Amino acid sequence: MKKKLDQSKVILATDCGSTTTKAILIQCIDGEYRMTHRGESPTTVEAPFEDVTRGVLNAVMELEELSGRKILDGEMFINTCDKGEDGIDLYISTSSAGGGLQMMVAGVVKSMSGESAQRAALGAGAIVMDVLASNDGRMYHEKVKRIRQLRPDMILLSGGVDGGTVSHVVELAEILESANPKPRLGINYKLPIIYAGNKKARDSIKEKLSKISDLEVVKNIRPTLDSENLQPSRDKIHDLFMEHVMAQAPGYKKLMSWADTPIMPTPGAVGEIIKKIAEKEKMSVLGVDIGGATTDVFSVFQGIFNRTVSANLGMSYSVCNVLAEAGIDNVARWVPFDLDKEDLMNRIANKMIRPTTIPQSIDELKIEQAIAREALRLSFYQHKNFAVGLKGVQQERTISDAFDQTMSGQTLVDMMDLDLLVGSGGVLSHAPRRSQSAKMLVDAFLPQGITQLAVDSIFMMPQLGVLSTVHPKAAVEVFEKDCLVRLGTVIAPVGKVKNDKQLMSYLIKHPEGEIEGTLIEGEIKLIKADFIPIECIFKPERGIDLGEGEGEIIEKQIFGGEVGIILDGRGRPELGFSSDIDKRKSILSNWSIALDEYNEEQIYSDDRRMKEDQKLIGFIK
Amino acid sequence: MSKSYTPGLKILKSTILSKKRLLPLKGEVHVDKNEAISHDTIVASTKIPGNVHMVNLSKQLNVEPNGVKDLMLIEVDEKIVKGQVIAESKGFFGMFKASVKSPVDGFLLNVSDITGQATISEPALPVEIDSYIDGMVQEVFDKEGVLIQSNCAIIQGILGVGGENKGEIKVLTKTEQDEIISDMITPDLNGKIVVGGSYITLDAYRKAQKMNVSGIIVGGFNYTDLSQLLGFNLGVAITGSENLGTSLLITEGFGKIKMARRTFKLFNSLEGRYGSINGATQIRAGVIRPEVVVALDSDNEKHEEFNEDELVINVGSNVRVIRAPYFGKVGTVAELPSELLKMESETLVRVAKIKFENGEFSTVPRANLEVILQD
Repeated sequence: MKKKLDQSKVILATDCGSTTTKAILIQCIDGEYRMTHRGESPTTVEAPFEDVTRGVLNAVMELEELSGRKILDGEMFINTCDKGEDGIDLYISTSSAGGGLQMMVAGVVKSMSGESAQRAALGAGAIVMDVLASNDGRMYHEKVKRIRQLRPDMILLSGGVDGGTVSHVVELAEILESANPKPRLGINYKLPIIYAGNKKARDSIKEKLSKISDLEVVKNIRPTLDSENLQPSRDKIHDLFMEHVMAQAPGYKKLMSWADTPIMPTPGAVGEIIKKIAEKEKMSVLGVDIGGATTDVFSVFQGIFNRTVSANLGMSYSVCNVLAEAGIDNVARWVPFDLDKEDLMNRIANKMIRPTTIPQSIDELKIEQAIAREALRLSFYQHKNFAVGLKGVQQERTISDAFDQTMSGQTLVDMMDLDLLVGSGGVLSHAPRRSQSAKMLVDAFLPQGITQLAVDSIFMMPQLGVLSTVHPKAAVEVFEKDCLVRLGTVIAPVGKVKNDKQLMSYLIKHPEGEIEGTLIEGEIKLIKADFIPIECIFKPERGIDLGEGEGEIIEKQIFGGEVGIILDGRGRPELGFSSDIDKRKSILSNWSIALDEYNEEQIYSDDRRMKEDQKLIGFIK
Repeated sequence: MSKSYTPGLKILKSTILSKKRLLPLKGEVHVDKNEAISHDTIVASTKIPGNVHMVNLSKQLNVEPNGVKDLMLIEVDEKIVKGQVIAESKGFFGMFKASVKSPVDGFLLNVSDITGQATISEPALPVEIDSYIDGMVQEVFDKEGVLIQSNCAIIQGILGVGGENKGEIKVLTKTEQDEIISDMITPDLNGKIVVGGSYITLDAYRKAQKMNVSGIIVGGFNYTDLSQLLGFNLGVAITGSENLGTSLLITEGFGKIKMARRTFKLFNSLEGRYGSINGATQIRAGVIRPEVVVALDSDNEKHEEFNEDELVINVGSNVRVIRAPYFGKVGTVAELPSELLKMESETLVRVAKIKFENGEFSTVPRANLEVILQD
């Protein structure tokens, strides 16, 4: 009997991460889908186990213990198909184990087909190791050397509009042919190459690449200069990820045979759920997942989905890279006490080599959250520069003319247009106080106007993403009820007034009584309110914009959350930091107190503690 | 009784180590199964394709791309030397001919009638893989490499830089907490693997490089010194390809941290023996630890296996704190409460009560502890 997947009542979903395999059990209770239990276990892709299914079974066994539901019969799932008390109806999984899907993309013009290919690969959940382009400034032999060094899992080759000149894209194929690239995993199979370029060049591409690779041809990613067709490439990437890359990883053939739907790369699945939510709520959404090694940013603006992965910005394995890229001063500006540079460097480097440590003191937590702000800020900066409209659209040029063009597309990311900002990853999801998560998100992303804030409670977006492809109802219900923790709404006026002058006045019709007040430049305020609709009136001053234009009054229903309503008058589009160190420290402390960010009673003196800590460093006996 | 594990590095006096030695591309294996080999035996070799050069014939000969093949003077795969004429135009009544010369020695890889370009490859580069350690060939992977089994001592570090090197083990400091300073680096250390205690200064390391010391092993090193050494800030702990000459292996972490006593004692017992050092590290999925391996002469020694239980934090375990505010302090586990406890940071964690060497007690998250191995 063929399963009707969208009728499933008991769903098991796993995410096989680099270090941990997470399993969740979703059940339909009284007509409503809820995540009822969660288990986890170390991932077992590497020695001594070298079988991913061991970790999956261990995580599922934990689920069985917690739920009391028998899911396994030996090493097989019990398939209930609507019958009996035990078993499951549907099993789905995502995976980023073994370093995820690592791709190289190639396009004729770096900022055109090169970017389109990059968007396709990132959207499918890949890490893009390099973008090869005819005009990337590298010599032929340098490109060949780079391809040989990187050994990607897959290559996506694009270039040329349909019917246009073929020579440039064939030249790229010749570079690939010369490099004769070998896959990262397994020495005995051919590297998959997807061709998604000018259809007129297909025969020549086949001639060049079919002998050295497993060549697949799909529709052109950029059929005309003003259109982009990413889906056929993304679908093919998912197919090949299953057939080639995953099939090489230990235990995945068995895992694939268990799953009712194809295993999806973890970030690709997160992208799916972000897209679904934006579509369903008709809103613009920005999502971020900050991990130990990488930070992924997802956005849907004007209905267009974009994903970027900052491969070396993270909170443990890549924490030194955050410091290197942001600079010590940018990290220090968020810390309300003095830092000894060398000591801080060693502390952070020790976190890189022992990634599982936990901040014990309040100062360690503040330093960790300062680094997180910078990792998020840098990742978002990269995202804004990548999530742009198609370049070269309004130019009447041929591809070859386009080599010289320097015009860049406008970013699609409009913070005033943003409706919902969702954070995920340990430092955001597991911050001791939700107000810390909210403040990290606001400080790093600087939302403008009126924006809702949320965090993923236990990082179940990947599982819900793949679920959304077969059972959208269950995915959306669980996402809203169990996955998202609503933090509240931030109101951030844009524009400049003189110091200490009023930015806006407000009337918040709180259920416990109306709250009226004014927001002064440089000030941040928190109004506690639950996740319920609250009518508000905001009156910005002349020259100040909240989304409806300068000085325009806004009457709107907004929502509170676990944190509440944040009125942020600290400055937009950029925060103003004082160059006076003592003044800056005092301002930072005031911001923290306003948002009830830390337990200030426990802090006896930031300066005193740092001095004590420094005594402990140095020669250790 | 509740217990907790810490990340473990192998510190083994005598063990059976199996090591894969694989080629980057398929090639030839030169040894047989069960063959005894020494550390410098070439076990496999291959040729890596040479650099390639593109020559735009169409442009240089002023012909359409589909016409270049007819003008070639050499065949695909034919050897060529730098300056050799590889293509020539027909000219005008046999005169005013244009010709194209090869920019390098090599061979013709292909000629494209779509782009009008010729691809010339430099000669393939030979790559040889040696055995790295003395031992026996346990398995041969056809055209790919071998698995070598060796009776040896192995010491893994937490982070290293620089690739594979070999040399005689020389312990340079008296105790595990002494530092290596510049004056201690002398010409007789040329080609040796030098072991120190808690730390080496940047000056001393640079001097060791000049003296062609094969490797340095110390407890700790400063991150800023490492940045100066590499010429960039190490952003992620993935290393091994640095061309330093002298490999560096840190056993404990960043800062001045005395080497674990068991590690230091083992190095002392290995002094004078020939060892192999590899700084390659990857602290991510597919973890790789830097290591020193010393093959042992006799097979009579009692072999040890990596014992995960030694890394269990129990009451009485000797531990080091690996994060502030007690970073680097050493003590004994006095109590392992089973309930979660809220730290000053308000993080709810499993903890251990530690009695430090000065007699004071403190509560520390278990995740911030690591066991110090004792003999």
